[in-house]
Amino acid sequence: MQQKDVLPMKTEKADKPLTVKPVITGSEAVIRSLIAEGVDTIFGYPGGAIMPIYDALYDFQDQVHHILVRHEQGATHAAQGYARSSGKVGVAFATSGPGATNLVTGLADAYMDSTPMVCITGQVAAALLGTDAFQETDVIGITMPITKWNIQVTRPEEIPGAMAKAFYIARSGRPGPVLVDITKNAQFGEFEYEYKKCDYIRSYSPVPVLNEDAVLDAATLINNAKKPFILCGHGVLLAGAEKELAALAEKAQIPVASTLLGLSAVPVEHPLYVGMLGMHGNYGPNVLTGECDVLIAVGMRFDDRVTGDVSCYATKAKVIHIEIDAAEINKIIKADVAIHADAKTALQSLLQKVQPAAHTEWIAEFRDADKKEYDKVQHAELFPQEGELKMAEVIRRISEKTNGEAVLVTDVGQHQMVASRYYRFKNPNTNITSGGMGTMGFALPAAMGAKMGTPEKEVVAIIGDGCFQMTLQELGTIYQSQIGVKIVILNNNFLGMVRQWQQLFFDKRYSSTEMVNPDFVQIAKGFFIPGKKVTTRDDISAAIDEMLAHQGAYLLEVVVEKEDNVFPMVPAGAPVSAIRLE
Amino acid sequence: MQKEYTVTVYTEDRIGITNRITIIFTRRGINITSLTTAETEIPGVFKFIITVMSTREQLDKVVGQIERLIEIHRAFVHEEEEVVYQELALYKISTRSLDTGDIERLIRDHQARILTITADYFVIEKTGHQQELIDFIKKLEPYGLIEYSKSGRVAIVKWSRRFHEHLKDLAAVEADNLISND
Repeated sequence: MQQKDVLPMKTEKADKPLTVKPVITGSEAVIRSLIAEGVDTIFGYPGGAIMPIYDALYDFQDQVHHILVRHEQGATHAAQGYARSSGKVGVAFATSGPGATNLVTGLADAYMDSTPMVCITGQVAAALLGTDAFQETDVIGITMPITKWNIQVTRPEEIPGAMAKAFYIARSGRPGPVLVDITKNAQFGEFEYEYKKCDYIRSYSPVPVLNEDAVLDAATLINNAKKPFILCGHGVLLAGAEKELAALAEKAQIPVASTLLGLSAVPVEHPLYVGMLGMHGNYGPNVLTGECDVLIAVGMRFDDRVTGDVSCYATKAKVIHIEIDAAEINKIIKADVAIHADAKTALQSLLQKVQPAAHTEWIAEFRDADKKEYDKVQHAELFPQEGELKMAEVIRRISEKTNGEAVLVTDVGQHQMVASRYYRFKNPNTNITSGGMGTMGFALPAAMGAKMGTPEKEVVAIIGDGCFQMTLQELGTIYQSQIGVKIVILNNNFLGMVRQWQQLFFDKRYSSTEMVNPDFVQIAKGFFIPGKKVTTRDDISAAIDEMLAHQGAYLLEVVVEKEDNVFPMVPAGAPVSAIRLE
Repeated sequence: MQKEYTVTVYTEDRIGITNRITIIFTRRGINITSLTTAETEIPGVFKFIITVMSTREQLDKVVGQIERLIEIHRAFVHEEEEVVYQELALYKISTRSLDTGDIERLIRDHQARILTITADYFVIEKTGHQQELIDFIKKLEPYGLIEYSKSGRVAIVKWSRRFHEHLKDLAAVEADNLISND
């Protein structure tokens, strides 16, 4: 559908009489294209090569909210958090050179976790390209392997087309990050602007045609299965297929486990939900992967943190793989039935073909495993009576006090695994974490973005002391933009996960993992954000209440057990059946 | 088992597409032994012909990842017997060698031909498979080989008719135009 210049133009500059194709600058075209795509929030940082775009943005402040981050990496993670919580495309701005290279971590993270994001970078003037001009970097070359698509625009008239394609590519099919690099002359140049949304690229087919025969084959396998098992991945959330997945599980009484990024697609309280897969996932789903006879993997890519040793993975199972990205099918685990499709479309079709069934004994095996894990690990973690505070009990209380309804944004490490294991997610898209990349420093800016994307929801960031110090400057952004995010630092004065590995696999040689930390509450106060430090079990409940009751941002530092370990654990490279409970 | 495969990739005409394709091989540590690219009979659609030493299993995955790129139409892995292929070599020889007479027969026997003759050297062109072209060097060396240059593989796939019909259909579809956005 063609959208011809329907934007209200409120400012003096914009009040110029407009024809159907107004003559405007490339910079203004960028902003107007963003508005045409429904963008209302941008995270960014200005600089020389993107100043014309920022100048144009000044005229549209009533339509687009720009959040000035403190580092471009923060802009990308914030855009990711925004996208993951709201389902919209996240947008980040950066200037050329160091501004653009600072986006790299966030782009790679978004690429690994299929997050729709459009990054706009300024670039030196086209005439200077390739001359090592001031703040020139080959951002297109650098980001080629970590973007779904990227493009350099050197003329103003290329801007609407590039922007339209960028948004179409970022949000369609398997979503991902896109980068549009715009030279300064293209930002300054004037041209006749007209915007048309993109819905077709002749070499790109984002929506696969469902192969009904494959669905029928899958249904036959499921209908004859004694021990079917569903693995729910991020693709379920991206496709909005949570209801279809639950309906399939309920109709044929199939237990469902989730990958790290699939968490929150199925409520933890659902009677068929059996826990998280993978290295620090639950005992039952890991050990019983080796027992199932039909494995139904939906929107997941068999990451090595999920499979462990692939040669021993699900050896008794026929594998059904529902996946929108054809390149993921047969990449790690060979599928007996491959359904190349959007998860929602495939599940809707499969649901009609699957017969009702009861797998009572099979489900009971998971519950037996749950009990074993609870008795051996969870009870002591969740309800300790003495000793230092444990991460799990803090998460349990946050989960209870937010009723499992907060958007939980976690950083990377032990606290991430503990939060993923013990937070009782109730609603879809309430788990935001860095999965594929495992990017420390992700949570604080991502939580900012998540709060901007879903301001009506409580957003709680769970962050380790090491991770917090990678992007803590974003406290400045939180204060300046008054973003009401709750920040919980689980402080064990260690790079906890590395220390755990050193303990278990490197003879307790704690090489460079102990941290001498600053006073986090004082730091928050320096950014005018209130906070509290808690060190005892008696104080934790009231402190969480105080944090949640506070209107606006709040930082809660919780000093937790220094050498706590996260169990169960599948040692790297071992089969998932070798999961250790202690 | 590692052996030589031909990979063909049909792409849109975009700056940087070669890099996008080759880094997928690089990531997996696969060495590209030859790469030839040119526009197909369909305007705006290019064909890359890539030869590599690898395994079928690995290349099937590489091709999947290549096809994931936005500007790629299709990519295929071909076994040796699935393609008709040729390479082209040019050999620069000292003109003095023509005096001996028997080089002329050598050229004729090997279905080569002379492209140009100057006072100092002449240039022979020969097409064939790689080993044939290399073997020909040895035969020319006694005559004073000055320089040798060889192309990458050019291949036609025996079974690709259906895909080419698809490509022809594409010709009727206007390529998405980044410039006008009309």
